[in-house]
Amino acid sequence: MNQQNLPLFEVFIRSSRGLDHRHVGSLHAEDPAQALDYARDVYLRRSEGVSIWVVRSSDITASQESDVESFCEPMDDKPYRHATHYKLPKEVDNM
Amino acid sequence: MTENLSAEDSRILAFEEKIANDQRIEPKDWMPDAFRKTVLRQMSQHAHSEVIGMQPEGNWITRAPTLYRKIVLLAKIQDEGGHGLYLYSAAETLGTSREAMVQALHDGKAKYASIFNYPSLTWADIGMIGWLVDGAAIVNQVSLQRTSYGPYARAMVRICKEESFHQRQGYEATMALARGSAEQKAMAQDSLNRWWWPSLMMFGPHDSDSAHSGQSMKWKLKRESNDVLRQRFVDQTVPQAELIGLKIPDPDLKWNEQRGSYDFGEIDWQEFMQVVSGNGPCNRQRLQHHMRAQQDGQWVRDAMHAYELKRQARNAA
Repeated sequence: MNQQNLPLFEVFIRSSRGLDHRHVGSLHAEDPAQALDYARDVYLRRSEGVSIWVVRSSDITASQESDVESFCEPMDDKPYRHATHYKLPKEVDNM
Repeated sequence: MTENLSAEDSRILAFEEKIANDQRIEPKDWMPDAFRKTVLRQMSQHAHSEVIGMQPEGNWITRAPTLYRKIVLLAKIQDEGGHGLYLYSAAETLGTSREAMVQALHDGKAKYASIFNYPSLTWADIGMIGWLVDGAAIVNQVSLQRTSYGPYARAMVRICKEESFHQRQGYEATMALARGSAEQKAMAQDSLNRWWWPSLMMFGPHDSDSAHSGQSMKWKLKRESNDVLRQRFVDQTVPQAELIGLKIPDPDLKWNEQRGSYDFGEIDWQEFMQVVSGNGPCNRQRLQHHMRAQQDGQWVRDAMHAYELKRQARNAA
């Protein structure tokens, strides 16, 4: 059996109610149902979570980190988007 | 006893146990219909408020006094649009759609915060909206970070992180006017006079008169009562006004040593009811503008869809 040919799935775990699902890793499986079973066996052996999401890696569209400067360029030259940019008198600075 | 429980009863018990243990209800959990309806109504109201709230501020983008104030205002309004998106998405986890929520708004079946039915008449109103309206919203939203519906609580955490900038820029802009010329200070005072009472109304009716409060508190959708939150807002805002020499327009406002809080005058609930029921200064204008923006943007959505169909056809070929 060649595991390389099985599709790759990304696994997300909600560690407890109220929290977001977070990416924990990936695995190969034939289909989403099997991926869910495997994810349970691999990532939830010690009550690490209450809910699992699996999604085919090929269904994820990702930005390129090498493009981040042009893709997310406006981040650094807009300091006024940050609360700390506004200098207030110390009496009210906890606003 | 337990073996005699119907499936329905045990689901209710499981739901109530989660609430009692301060656990969040997540989208795939079973929940009573009334809970689903209530949380949906609240999130839809909240989402619409973010979006409609862009209008009184948008009114001043082209007339901001400096380029600096203009980019700050643009950045703030952009955030509000984002907040609307977080909340519509959170509401969609309950099986509704954004289209349905917007339709309900246009049909007059869904509400938004009444404060946005007041006009922004002067530049000072932009500072005042940030300082008071966002200030009041933050008091409410900080409390809602612990609301019992998971996606709503998580949206609140994200929103609260961004709101601090909104209130601080508003206070800073107000402070600039209050420390400016006599006319500028008078403009700030006039604005405070107009926005103070509507800001207090944002917390809703007194606990004793609030239609939905009791059940929402039991479900922990609401974590603190209208009156408790309103008092917190008054207590934090009065010293902020004093510091920049502005006077809160309430002759009954005074520090109560015993309570460690400010006493304040009675809200004009008749005005509140008038605005809620559609007769505020700008209710019709706000809705018409929203509908027009929706129509005016239709060609963009159509063009994007046509492009997508073309792309799919090309890939298939």
